[in-house]
Amino acid sequence: MDTKESFLRKYVFSVDHKTIGLQYLITGLVMALVGGLFAYGFRSQLAWPNEPVLGFGQVDPDLYNSLVTMHGTIMVFWVAMPILLSGFGNYVLPLMIGAKDMAFPRLNMMSYWTFFLSTVVLLSSFFFPGGPAKFGWTGYPPLSAQPGFSGVFWGGHLWILAIALEFASMLMGGINFLTTTLSLRAPGMSLFRMPILVWMLDIASIIFMFSVGPLIAGAFMLLADRLFNTGFFLPAAGGDPLLFQHLFWFFGHPEVYVLLLPALGILAEIYPAFSRKPLFGYKMIIYATIVAGALSFIVWAHHQFISGIDPRLATPFSITTIIISVPFAIAVFSYIATLWRGSIRLTAAMLFALGMMAEFLIGGVTGIFNGSAAADIYLHDTYFVLAHFHYTLFPITVMAGLAGLYYWFPKMFGRHMNEFWGKVHFWTTTISFNVVFLPLFAIGLAGHQRRIFDPSLFDYIAKYQYLHVIATIGLIVMIIAQVPFLLNFFISMRKGKVAERNPWRATTLEWVTPSPPGHGNFETDPVVYRGPYDYSLPGLKDRDFINQAETL
Amino acid sequence: MPIWRLGIWWFLGSEIVIFGGLIVSYLLLRLHHPEWGSEAAHTLTWVGATNTVVLLTSSLTVILAHQGFERGDLDRARRFMGLTILLGLVFLGFKSYEYSHEIRNGLVPAKSLFWSFYYLMTGLHGLHVIGGLVANAVVFRGLGKGLNARRVESVGIYWHFVDVVWIYLFPLLYIASSGGAK
Ligand code: HEM
Ligand SMILES: [Cu+2]
Repeated sequence: MDTKESFLRKYVFSVDHKTIGLQYLITGLVMALVGGLFAYGFRSQLAWPNEPVLGFGQVDPDLYNSLVTMHGTIMVFWVAMPILLSGFGNYVLPLMIGAKDMAFPRLNMMSYWTFFLSTVVLLSSFFFPGGPAKFGWTGYPPLSAQPGFSGVFWGGHLWILAIALEFASMLMGGINFLTTTLSLRAPGMSLFRMPILVWMLDIASIIFMFSVGPLIAGAFMLLADRLFNTGFFLPAAGGDPLLFQHLFWFFGHPEVYVLLLPALGILAEIYPAFSRKPLFGYKMIIYATIVAGALSFIVWAHHQFISGIDPRLATPFSITTIIISVPFAIAVFSYIATLWRGSIRLTAAMLFALGMMAEFLIGGVTGIFNGSAAADIYLHDTYFVLAHFHYTLFPITVMAGLAGLYYWFPKMFGRHMNEFWGKVHFWTTTISFNVVFLPLFAIGLAGHQRRIFDPSLFDYIAKYQYLHVIATIGLIVMIIAQVPFLLNFFISMRKGKVAERNPWRATTLEWVTPSPPGHGNFETDPVVYRGPYDYSLPGLKDRDFINQAETL
Repeated sequence: MPIWRLGIWWFLGSEIVIFGGLIVSYLLLRLHHPEWGSEAAHTLTWVGATNTVVLLTSSLTVILAHQGFERGDLDRARRFMGLTILLGLVFLGFKSYEYSHEIRNGLVPAKSLFWSFYYLMTGLHGLHVIGGLVANAVVFRGLGKGLNARRVESVGIYWHFVDVVWIYLFPLLYIASSGGAK
């Protein structure tokens, strides 16, 4: 395999899972900046409604709706999915199970380029007459079902097409994860010796595959409504807009777990390594996750408590929604037990991993309010809900994603990121994140609805305007806080301190490869002798860990 | 399980949930719209029935092709694959006749929700038939060049899937015309 590869083969149309993983990661990071910039656009409008926004000009309601729609769409589908699932999944999964590559390398390359195409399609919608989609990231009809309602024709079609391409890419990725795990594990790597992250990626892929179909069906119907004047979602034609909501949330709720599981998987690798303790409750976490995955299919209608579903349905959906927090509580307790009395090392990766859990807990606790139909009737579609889901999505996407980046960076590039700037990055990001979103709980409880372009028009919320200002200043600080990170990232790639193979003294297979691993990953085919988290075993004299591929 | 077979099943799994979503949506709305029964009475049941027979037969020829391949009788495999392709084309022929007949009678997608579903579901199914025909043709050509291995089985599984979907669509769209006011 030592033939020289052409530049194109090596960096552009690569079939190496590591390059593909990096391609996903970098595209995701770029899109995160785009999505963040959009947030800056409409958040400034909310804070200072009558002034032009630097870089965006005067934000009118149309632009406001576009920015909000594209922000939500990009963050969920073009940042969280590609970074957490495809990025880390591609980079780490084959290494962790001792495989040379994915089961279908070419399909893998195609999945990235399908994803890339989807990005181009999505962003191109800005340049069509009528502008990009304006109907919210959920694409609810009837607003989305007839171009006339929102004034966007091409933008809406392209939005649907982009999402379809993105889903196709994720389906191709999922089959690779699952097949690779089932068929290419190193000798000795039994299912119950796999790192939690591998489990999580596979379960997430399965959840994605079984939940996305109905939404694809819904997208076909929506497109038909837009193009052929069918009436699937138009009441006047006998159709039902609620049907789309069911199809959407049947996917949309499990989608949260598609993102959450890889994030929890990343934590499960980082906590043991930086507390020098075995992961507590390995099997329990896996079983709990499987149960939660299955349950995630029967909770979707909690998003529709006030949209006219049969009230008799509210009770079962409240109950299942609250039950589903139990398996996740089990996982969280296992993690806390892992940390308990560990010798904790606060590297940047560990800080982000700890921060992820702390912030996520706030999101989880506030979710209980939304999960009970009684409270949700008041809170629905207020800034309370918005704050709640950002307290879950932001830690999952940004904090766990960054934890993973800091953790695997030495493996990816053979060099370390600067720890000091990593810590600065952590504290500024975390503090500013709370400055953005804590005030929004208060605004929401005061009854402030989402998707209002100019809050100063309403007397009862105008007096909370200062909270919008605080939140927006928080966001500006947060964006500035990413500059040291980006510099650190790109400078360390070339000039960082050279990393050894196993700088964190971790136990999983990827750390026995050279940094960065060459083509084919392992110099000698690894054999696995033990479970993935053998830290601080009694009886080891000179060190406190033993890698899965080592014999005593 | 060999990895390529896993791949095929994963692919089919994701297809099944797409059609599943459509079929469930149809059923849910159908329960609220008894009048669809009389709309469904305007479908050409005899065409639907003929096409059902055509597809079922093609499922048989797919199995026979696979059997020929297993026995190492590549000629037989090729013959039955050819027959499968032919039957697929017959299906599409009838389908286009049916569409044009309906459209001429004003039964277009926008006429009512029933016809919206009818065209979307049969149209999507038709696209799958076309996809299956292309895949069959590729394998058919490959067989001539000695490229066979597991491709025969892969397209076979896929073709059965296309067939099974039709078996659901036929009663739902063509013969569930009772229950409504005639
Ligand atoms: C960088 C920090 C972020 C800020 C300041 C921010 C701010 C906002 C605000 C103010 C809205 C509501 C706009 C409105 O309703 O008028 C919003 C909507 C939304 N955000 Fe964020 N957000 C951030 C990061 C994220 C992340 C990381 C995700 C997901 C992974 C995300 C997902 C969403 C979604 C799904 C919506 C709903 C869009 C819609 O209503 O259609 N956001 N964001
Ligand atoms: Cu939900």
